[in-house]
Amino acid sequence: MAELDTSGGGGKKGGKVRSKKASTRIDLTAMVDLAFLLITFFIMATTLAKPKAMETIWPDKTKKDVQLPVPESRTMTVLLGANHSIAWYIGPPGKTPPTVDNFGKNGIRKTLIENNKKIEATHAGKDNYMIVLVKPSDKATYKDFVSIMDELDITRIQSRAVVAITPPEIGMLKDSKLY
Amino acid sequence: MARIKIPRKSTAIDMTAMCDVAFLLLTFFILTAKLRQEDPLKVDVPGASVKLNIPDVDMATITVGHDKVFFGVEGTDIRKALLEEMGKKYNIPFTPEETQKFMVTPTFGVPMNLMKQYLDLSADDKKKYVQPGIQVDTTTNSELFNWIYQARIVTKNLHNKELKFAIKGDSHEVYPKVGGIIDILQKQAVNRFSLITALNQSK
Repeated sequence: MAELDTSGGGGKKGGKVRSKKASTRIDLTAMVDLAFLLITFFIMATTLAKPKAMETIWPDKTKKDVQLPVPESRTMTVLLGANHSIAWYIGPPGKTPPTVDNFGKNGIRKTLIENNKKIEATHAGKDNYMIVLVKPSDKATYKDFVSIMDELDITRIQSRAVVAITPPEIGMLKDSKLY
Repeated sequence: MARIKIPRKSTAIDMTAMCDVAFLLLTFFILTAKLRQEDPLKVDVPGASVKLNIPDVDMATITVGHDKVFFGVEGTDIRKALLEEMGKKYNIPFTPEETQKFMVTPTFGVPMNLMKQYLDLSADDKKKYVQPGIQVDTTTNSELFNWIYQARIVTKNLHNKELKFAIKGDSHEVYPKVGGIIDILQKQAVNRFSLITALNQSK
């Protein structure tokens, strides 16, 4: 099959007719073809890319007396609105108008890093880290939630909490046309 | 002048080594293969940068998408005991054949009152059957709450391990849907669980 006859075709100059010795080599081409076909099948049919998982830890709701007071000046609240939008503010609600932001490298990630630096610079003492409260609205998708948690992981902000959104905050989103 | 004859070389290549390699790889893939399971509820998992793998044993997955909730737990022994416990709880006796069929159902979304009918379907009909999803509400007596609760007890009894949970949510699902599932887990003091994501390399 994949072999060319290279015997030269000569040698018929009389003499005895000898029976040709059969070669002991087997053509393995077809076998290799089959093997690779099967390999391809198994690669396609199996799950090589295993799903990844984001580990999340939530507060224990059964214990009611472990609420720590959150210093408002170190708190950044992130509101998740409709159509993958974000609005955030620092401090108590209503004091500063929310800033509209978006997902991505130059959006919320930059904001988180900058705000963290700002808060660490303006607060003295050991506990000067920023606390992030994530408040998904009813119109936020699950993807937005995972994205914001991922951004917090990327920017290494450990102190975070997921809190239910309040009506005044929904009003803020509505004012920014994000709800 | 006599021409120098260049001997014609054989074009046949020795395939033996190649064949060896091919079969070695084939053996490897057959042995490590875990056949891709057809998900009864197709969800588009959101991307994230996390690289943690989810464990294969003592693991339960709650799939949320298209307004439906599906539940799945790893391990045939756990599934067997789980169906028995749920049967006791809802007063539905399951035959050994039904239990056998449940053992090979890794993920399902059938309410308890339809479970018997669903398990009695033939394999072909099962594929065509659109599973309505498990009943969920905010009380501590919804079916999903009980599935989760019984699965935890069964895992603790059989394997002496805490059952781990993962939520597989659809990207386009609104957050409150997933939040409701998180609430159910938190009500049982399951405060540590995973969110299944796909690896996002574009960022």
